[in-house]
Amino acid sequence: MSKTLTIDGKAIPFEEGQTIMEAATAAGVYIPHLCHHPEYTPHGSCKLCNVNVNGRVCSACTFPAAEGQNVINNSKELNDDRQKITQMLFVEGNHLCPGCEKSGNCQLQAVAYHLNMLDNHFPHFYAKRVVDASHPEVLIDHNRCIFCTLCVRASQQTDGKDVFAISGRGINKRLIANAPSGLLKDTDLAATDAAAHICPTGAILIKRTGYQVPIGERIYDHHDIDEVSLKVEKV
Amino acid sequence: MAAKVRIATTSLAGCFGCHMSFLDLDERLVKLAEVVEFDRSPITDIEHASNCDIGLIEGGVCNSENVHVLREFRKNCKTLVAVGACAINGGLPALRNFIPLEECLAESYLDGIGVENPQIPSDIELPLLLDKVRPIHEVVKIDYFLPGCPPSADVFWKFLTDLLEGREPSLPYELVHYD
Repeated sequence: MSKTLTIDGKAIPFEEGQTIMEAATAAGVYIPHLCHHPEYTPHGSCKLCNVNVNGRVCSACTFPAAEGQNVINNSKELNDDRQKITQMLFVEGNHLCPGCEKSGNCQLQAVAYHLNMLDNHFPHFYAKRVVDASHPEVLIDHNRCIFCTLCVRASQQTDGKDVFAISGRGINKRLIANAPSGLLKDTDLAATDAAAHICPTGAILIKRTGYQVPIGERIYDHHDIDEVSLKVEKV
Repeated sequence: MAAKVRIATTSLAGCFGCHMSFLDLDERLVKLAEVVEFDRSPITDIEHASNCDIGLIEGGVCNSENVHVLREFRKNCKTLVAVGACAINGGLPALRNFIPLEECLAESYLDGIGVENPQIPSDIELPLLLDKVRPIHEVVKIDYFLPGCPPSADVFWKFLTDLLEGREPSLPYELVHYD
C-alpha cells in the first residue's frame, strides 16, 4: 500500500524514495520550477519550488517525500517569494523578451506569467555578458543564462559528454564550455545533443530555427506553464 | 455631471508604439472620452501636466529631459503607470547599456558610415544623455505596470476600466505578455 502526504490539503500518494516534486507531478499537482527536470538529478538551485513542509521551507525537487508530511505549495506567501526570485533572475541577466527568439516558448518567461509578474521590481544589473556564436549550429547567449545547470546535467547524463560546467561564484558565476579556447565550436557538442535543447531560457539556441512558430501558436501563448509542465513531465 | 478623469501620457525613451497601441482602442476611444479627458499628451499638445488622476509613461529614461518629465508626471499624477517593456526594463534602447556612451556617440557622430562634418552634438538646448538607459521605477515610485511590446489595446482597456470603475486593476493570463 502506498504512503501519502498532503499538498495544500489534498492527499497525494507517493512511493519510498520519491521527492515531493516527483510525488506532486505524478499526482497532477504543479510546483513551479526552472532547474528541475524529471530526467535529471535534482539540483535545487533555482528555489522556485520552495514549499512549506511541516512549517519549514524546503526545495520540493530535492526534499524526500515522507508519510504524513503537510506540504503547503500554492499559497500567496510562497508565490510572492517565487515572484521575487523570478524578478531577481530577470534583473541579474539581460532578459529582453521582445528581441529573444525563445519568447513564447521560454520557461523563465512562462513562470513569470504564471506568477502574474508585471514588473522587475529590483534595479537592473545590465551585466555585461557575451554571446558565443562560434559553433556552426548552436548559439550561447550568456545574457539569458540563469545557471540552472540543465545543460551541464544533460550533457553528462544523456549525451555522455561533458560539454558544459558552471565556473566562478556569486556575481562572477558563468557557464563555461569544455575546450581550451572556451569556445563552443571547439567542444564535441552536436546540435542533436540533449544539452543543446534542454535550456529553459533563450541562452542555448539552435541556429536558424528562430521565429518559426508564429505568435499565438507558441507553447505558452494560451497555456499556463502549470498545464504544459504537467502534460510534458508527468511520467 | 461628475468631473472627467484626467489622463496625461508621454513617451520618454520609447518608440511611440505603446501610444499607437493605445489608439488601437478604436471605437472604444469614444466610450473612453465620455469619462476621461486628456491633459499633457502627444494627443493634445498640452506642454505640462497639471493635477491629473492617471499618468501613462511609455519608454525608459535615457537623458536628463526624460528624468525631468518623469518627475513632473509623478508630481502631478495621483496614479502613475509604467506602460510597455521599455518603461519596465529599459527595453531595446537599453541595449546601449553594454557599450560605453563615448563609443556610442563616436559611432553615431564621428566614425559612422556616411557621417559628414563629424562632431558630437553639444548645445545647451540638447538634453544630456545618461550613461545608461534606466527603467522608470528606478527613478520614481510607480503604481502599476502594463507589460508588453506593446501592451495590446485590450490591456489598456482592461486596466483603465478596472481603475475607472473602482476595481483593483488586474491582468488575466492572456493579457500578460513581455513581447
